[in-house]
Amino acid sequence: MNATNCTLPYFRESIFRLKENRAAMVGLWLLIFLFIAAVIAPFFTPYSYYETHLSLKNYPPSKEFWFGTDELGRNVFSRIWLGARISLFVGISAAFIDMIIGVIYGAFAGFIGGKIDEMMMRFCDILNSLPQLLIVIILLVLMGPGLTTIILALTLTGWINMARIIRGHIHQIKHLDFVMAAKALGASRFRILTHHLITNAVGSIITTVTLTIPGAIFTESFLSFLGLGVQAPMASWGTMASDGLPALRFYPWRLFFPAFFISVTMFAFNLLGDGLRDAFDPRLRR
Amino acid sequence: MSWAYYLTYKFFTLIFSLFLVATATFVLMHVIPGDPFSQEQTIPEEILKSLMSHYELDQPLYKQYIHYLKGLIRFDLGPSFKYEGRMIQDIIREGFGVSATLGALALIISIVAGGTLGSLAALCRGKWQDWLSMLMAVIGMSVPSFILATLLQYVFAMKFNLLPIARWGEFRHMILPAVSLSAFPTAFIARLVRSNMVEILEQEYIVAAKARGLGTSKILLRHVVKNCILPVLSYLGPLFASIITGSFVIEKIFGIPGLGGWFVMSITNRDYTMIMGITLFYSAILMIAVFIVDLLSFSIDPRIRRNQ
Repeated sequence: MNATNCTLPYFRESIFRLKENRAAMVGLWLLIFLFIAAVIAPFFTPYSYYETHLSLKNYPPSKEFWFGTDELGRNVFSRIWLGARISLFVGISAAFIDMIIGVIYGAFAGFIGGKIDEMMMRFCDILNSLPQLLIVIILLVLMGPGLTTIILALTLTGWINMARIIRGHIHQIKHLDFVMAAKALGASRFRILTHHLITNAVGSIITTVTLTIPGAIFTESFLSFLGLGVQAPMASWGTMASDGLPALRFYPWRLFFPAFFISVTMFAFNLLGDGLRDAFDPRLRR
Repeated sequence: MSWAYYLTYKFFTLIFSLFLVATATFVLMHVIPGDPFSQEQTIPEEILKSLMSHYELDQPLYKQYIHYLKGLIRFDLGPSFKYEGRMIQDIIREGFGVSATLGALALIISIVAGGTLGSLAALCRGKWQDWLSMLMAVIGMSVPSFILATLLQYVFAMKFNLLPIARWGEFRHMILPAVSLSAFPTAFIARLVRSNMVEILEQEYIVAAKARGLGTSKILLRHVVKNCILPVLSYLGPLFASIITGSFVIEKIFGIPGLGGWFVMSITNRDYTMIMGITLFYSAILMIAVFIVDLLSFSIDPRIRRNQ
C-alpha cells in the first residue's frame, strides 16, 4: 500500500481550494515578492547596509537613498532588506525547529497513548503555564543577545503548540480503518507512524508552521525593540524600529519603513496561514 | 470529575509551577558568572566581606535557596542591586497599580470591541460587514503593538494634537496606550467569537428556538451569547499574557511609570535581582489568572466536567 497514492488527490483538492481563496493568494504573492526582494534588492543600490555617510545623516527619502538614511547616514533601503533576511531567517528557522521537535514529540505521545502519553502532555501543560516571553527575555539577558540565542530561546517553548496539534490529530485517526488495514498487511509500527499517521497530519503541520512564523517574527522584533535582538552592524526590522522611535517627530521615515515591512510580512503570513487552514480542513471553513 | 478533585489538582499544579519558576530563577541567578559587586573597581576585602554578609551571599547555596524561598512566601523579593536601599517588592507595589489600570482598560476594550466585531461578522456572514471586520482582525493580528503605538502617537499626538503624546495621570493619557495594547486581543477575540457564533447559529436548538417563535434578540441573548462566552473565557489566560508583555514596550513608548517600564529599565541596566523579581511576580499573576479562569470554565461548562 503506497501512502502517496492516497494523499495526492487530497493534496490536489486542497491546493485547488487554496487557489480559489483570494486573500490567501494575496498573502502568497506578497511573500514571494518579499523573498525575492530580500535576495536581490540590495544589488540595486550602490550603498551597503553598514556604510556610513556622516554628512548625509537623517536624509529624507530621495532618488539617491530611496528610503532615506539613518542617524549615521546609513542607507535605510539596504538595511531594510538586510532586516528582511534576518527577520525571515529567524521566523522560518524557529518555525522549522519547532516543527521537528513538535512533530516527533507529539507523534510519539499520540501513537503510544496511555500513561506515557498522559505524562508527556502534563509536561507540556506545565511548560505552557510558564510565561513564554518572560522566559525568553531572561534567557537572552543571561546568554547575551544574538541571532542564535534568539532562535534557541524562541524554540524552547515554541514546539509545544505543534506537539499538541499533532498528538490530537494522531489520537483522532489512529483507530481508523486504514491504519487497521496497514497493520493487517504487516506494516511495522514505525512504518505506520511515519507513512500513515504523520503523512495524514501534513496539512495541519504546514498550517501550523505557516502560522508560527509571524509569531516568531513578531517576538524577534519585539525583543530587538527591547534591545535584546541582533547587534550592530547587523539590523533586523525590530532594531531599526527601535532606533527610529526617538526620531519619530522629525525623521518619521526611519520608523515608518521597518514598521511597514514588519506589518506587511506578518499580514501576508497570517493570510496564507488562514487560507491553508481552510484549504486543508474544509470543515472549518465558514 | 468532581469539583473538589479538579480544584485540588489545579491548585497543586499551580503551586508546583510557581515553585518551578522560583527555582529556575534562583538557579539562573547563580549561574551568572561573578557577583553583583565584581564590577566595582576595587573594593577593600573587608568591605566586600561585609557586603557579602549583608546580602547573605557568603552562606552556602542551599541555605541561600531556603532563605530565598522563605522570603518569597512572605512576598520578600530582596533588594535591588542597582538602586541602593530599594526593595523589589516596593517597586512592584508602586508600579503595578499603574500597569494594572492600563491593563484593565485594555482588557475591557478588547472584550467589548472584539465581541462586537465578531458577532457583527457572524450575523452578517458573507456580507461586507463580515468581510470588513475580518480584514480588520487580520490587520490587528499583524501589526505589532509597539508599531501601532508609535503610529497612534504620530497621528493623534504629533499631527493633530488631539491627545497627549506621553505621561500618565488623567484618563486622556490612558486612551492611546490602552488602544494599542488591546489591538491584538481584540482581533483575536473577534475571530474567536465569529467562528463560534457561526457554528452555534447552525445548531438545531437555534432552529428549534426560531420554530418556537422566539424573537431574534431573545435567541441571541439566551442561546448564542451564552454559548459564545466560554471560548472567550478560556482565551482570557493568554490574553492576560499578551497584555502584560505588551505593556513592557507600550509603557516605554508612552513614558508610563508602570511595572513594565521598570522591567525594561532593569533589562537595560542588567539589574539581575530586579529582572528575576519582576519575572517571578508576573509569572505568579499569570498563573493565578489562568487558575481562576480554569475554575470558572469548569464551573460554567458541563462539557469540561465530562471530558476531563
